[in-house]
Amino acid sequence: MTTDSTLPRLLRKNAATMAGRPAMREKDLGIWQPYSWRQYWDETRDFALGLAAAGFGAGDKLAVIGENRPRLYFAQLSAMCLGGTAVPAYQDAIAAELAYVLDHAEVSIVVAEDQEQVDKVLSLKDRLPHLKLVVYDDPRGLGDYDEPILKSFEAVQGDGRAFGAAHPGHVEAAVEAGKPGDLCLFSYTSGTTSRPKGVMLSHANLLSAADALSKSDDIRAGDDHLAYLPMAWIGNSLLSMALHLWVGFTCNYPEKPETLLRDLRELGPTIALAPPRFWENTLTAILVRAADASRLKRGLFSVFRTIAERAERRRGADGSVTAGLRLGLALGEALIYGPLRDQLGLRRARWVYTGGAPLGADTFRFFRAIGVNLKQVYGATELAGLCSVQADGDVDPDTVGRAFQGTELRIAEDGEVQVRSASVFQGYYKQEEATRATMTGDGWLKTGDAGFIDRRGHLVIIDRARDVGKLADGTVYAPQFVENKLKFSPYIGEAVTFGDARPFVAAIVAIDPVTVGNWAERQNLAYTSFQDLCARPEIAGLVREEIRKCNAMLPQAVQIRRFLVLNKEFDADDDEITRTRKIRRGFVAEKYASVIEALYGGRGEVEFAAEITYEDGRKAMMHSTLAIADVEEPEARREIAAPRAAEPAISAAQ
Amino acid sequence: MRLTGRKSNLMAGAAANSSAMTADGPQLVVAGASKRFGGVRAVEGVSISVDRGQIVSIIGPNGAGKTSLLNMISGFYKPDTGSITFEGRDTTRARPAEIAALGIARTFQNIALFAGMTVLDNIMLGRHVHMRSGVLSSLVYWGLAQREEVAHRARCEELIEFLELEDLRKQQVSGLAYGLRKRVELGRALALDPKLLLLDEPMGGMNQEEKEDMARYILDVNRHWGTTIILIEHDMTVVMDISHQVNVFDRGRKIAEGTPAEVQGNPAVIDAYLGAGSHAGQQAA
Repeated sequence: MTTDSTLPRLLRKNAATMAGRPAMREKDLGIWQPYSWRQYWDETRDFALGLAAAGFGAGDKLAVIGENRPRLYFAQLSAMCLGGTAVPAYQDAIAAELAYVLDHAEVSIVVAEDQEQVDKVLSLKDRLPHLKLVVYDDPRGLGDYDEPILKSFEAVQGDGRAFGAAHPGHVEAAVEAGKPGDLCLFSYTSGTTSRPKGVMLSHANLLSAADALSKSDDIRAGDDHLAYLPMAWIGNSLLSMALHLWVGFTCNYPEKPETLLRDLRELGPTIALAPPRFWENTLTAILVRAADASRLKRGLFSVFRTIAERAERRRGADGSVTAGLRLGLALGEALIYGPLRDQLGLRRARWVYTGGAPLGADTFRFFRAIGVNLKQVYGATELAGLCSVQADGDVDPDTVGRAFQGTELRIAEDGEVQVRSASVFQGYYKQEEATRATMTGDGWLKTGDAGFIDRRGHLVIIDRARDVGKLADGTVYAPQFVENKLKFSPYIGEAVTFGDARPFVAAIVAIDPVTVGNWAERQNLAYTSFQDLCARPEIAGLVREEIRKCNAMLPQAVQIRRFLVLNKEFDADDDEITRTRKIRRGFVAEKYASVIEALYGGRGEVEFAAEITYEDGRKAMMHSTLAIADVEEPEARREIAAPRAAEPAISAAQ
Repeated sequence: MRLTGRKSNLMAGAAANSSAMTADGPQLVVAGASKRFGGVRAVEGVSISVDRGQIVSIIGPNGAGKTSLLNMISGFYKPDTGSITFEGRDTTRARPAEIAALGIARTFQNIALFAGMTVLDNIMLGRHVHMRSGVLSSLVYWGLAQREEVAHRARCEELIEFLELEDLRKQQVSGLAYGLRKRVELGRALALDPKLLLLDEPMGGMNQEEKEDMARYILDVNRHWGTTIILIEHDMTVVMDISHQVNVFDRGRKIAEGTPAEVQGNPAVIDAYLGAGSHAGQQAA
């Protein structure tokens, strides 16, 4: 099989060769309902005909907004069938962000999952001159809408069948006319620094990445994949669309985001991709539950966890696992690891990937230790998703594995990782200057990540190249490296560290509301709100202990000296993190400039006013006093530095 | 996002529905009903009529006789005088189970669920009235009993999806937050496939967001299945937003009725209920 094909052509081929086999399963009314490959094609063809009837053709753009639903995939493939481009958007984006993407991509048709998304799109109608049609999947609540551009998915397919009767073979001819080099997907980057950029990808880009991945790892048609990632993330498009069509496995869609863990357990997927946050949260949930378990269970968990992690370290070091350890592992498999994997829904998993951001070594080691074949991958939206993966039996928490077959890697003089392959994108939509800045003259993609290739030929990523800085004394300092160590603490949700051109490293910490709430409960610590909880001196003490643990793993020079517990979480609605949960460092530094000055100014507390954004886009000002503490300080001073309870006053500001 | 979207739509829904009213005679008629408890006159000579497919609210201060009226309609109390007719049948003396079988379901001011059972089982219980298989076949779980169970489960799953309870399906009710329990109770009442739904303070004790969600579900039930709804509620904003008709009670008597706009402008209501000098539309009680 060559990558000389297109996604719609693969769909037609699969519908012919695997007609009755399940292509997708969607959990509906409590039951996993299958869609066969034939149905996938039939639904897609009818919808494509409907799009054609509405005047959609080559070069036009169709956006989908919503959770993973089969119809949103039918819609994306339909657009591609006609030579159009699919633009998946983040379903949790607030209206202003969505407006930017839809307008910039010149989207003419939007397929929305439900009323919530339809409302959002319709509210933007006047700002979207290209918008001609809004299609919805779930009709609930939309019965009374009197909106000429609004249509149900069924109605569009109905129009399509009528159009198809008059134009037989219209879609099939369009599919045959499609070329591998045609654009088929705009994947908007989450934009850690600026406005989102539309990454233009062709069929060949996506399929070469899918092909390389399927060669690196044994992926079969019988595999089950659980698709729950945001549809707008390239990792999802690669696995749930390109690789899905390429290999022909089954994609499963959970009932609702809230039921994910239950659905995961019911389904027991054989392959999965999840961002580090998922693994961190899962580990946190396991630790919280273990802490609440009976003494016997807690004891067993702790003993076998130690055994498994020791064995895993040995395996990583020289592969020698002693007989005693092996016995412990066998016992642990029966008592702890097996049941735990089963509870997590990972018992059937042959491999699972973590990617999108670095994962803490301890989290990584934990999952591998209990028998989950967790592997790190590395890639970029501009590379159609992935470009390197760790091979089975050659896994290490610090690297992201070897480059895919057919992918060339090199490290530039300034330490930046550069890549050349068939997956390298076609440019940023309507941003030629940015495209030129991302490519070298000889066709290599500048990833913007600093890294090196280790002795075994594995790629190691240090941090975003532009974030790597130097302390005042010249010590090289990579903020993400420190933050990842911090985030291994179950109590720390997010952290930002500073240090470039500063005398020492300081951190702003946002606690994890679930685990810290649970901890406070066990300490009989009363609190009224999240803000109140964050301001408690006990919480500052807890965080200090966690930072000390983290410092013990860091070189002396880059240890965290001062910190502050923020009284809110970092929120994508406030632009502090991206929708894929990466810290927008520049923005945070600007927004919290006064706090950072106070951290380095030696003060004990700081007045802080922040604008917060509600889910519906309304804004309000939050005023509060935040306490700053030293990580290591003399006992005597602790009383004085203890933060005062500071209940923030919220005043509405439109 | 969700809040504003829902809010604006809430208004649109009420407006659209009132224009689509039908007039094939009232579905429920209460004529001159009275109920005393010793010397207390809980309800005195109250008459109301409710058209099919409407949302009718009953408002009034505590002790005005609102819940007593619902209890008479659902058969928990027998009126001392007067009559109650549902879809042409006299139900004045009918037992609660008979009334339930006619298609009248209710929720309670204080949640009435089986706390030790799951959300799904509680809703399944609401299907009881539709189950036909006998004890024996149920015991061996075969034939009719099995087919019935599957069909009823399918209906319950529709309600679970409708009320967005998918993630809580297998959870014990005792562990749920108050607002969620109210939603489960609504599900239990809906499982009866009622023609008339009596809701006794479905939003009591809820925060603003939960109230808006509940208002939304009530409107959806009304629109989706054409279910007639009688609602007792203290939150005037919600009442005025979603009701087609409002009945105002005070000390056992009905003192006014009409559309939300009419009631809000009625001086007797402003005096007796909202308090002299108050303005309509404000939170009362």
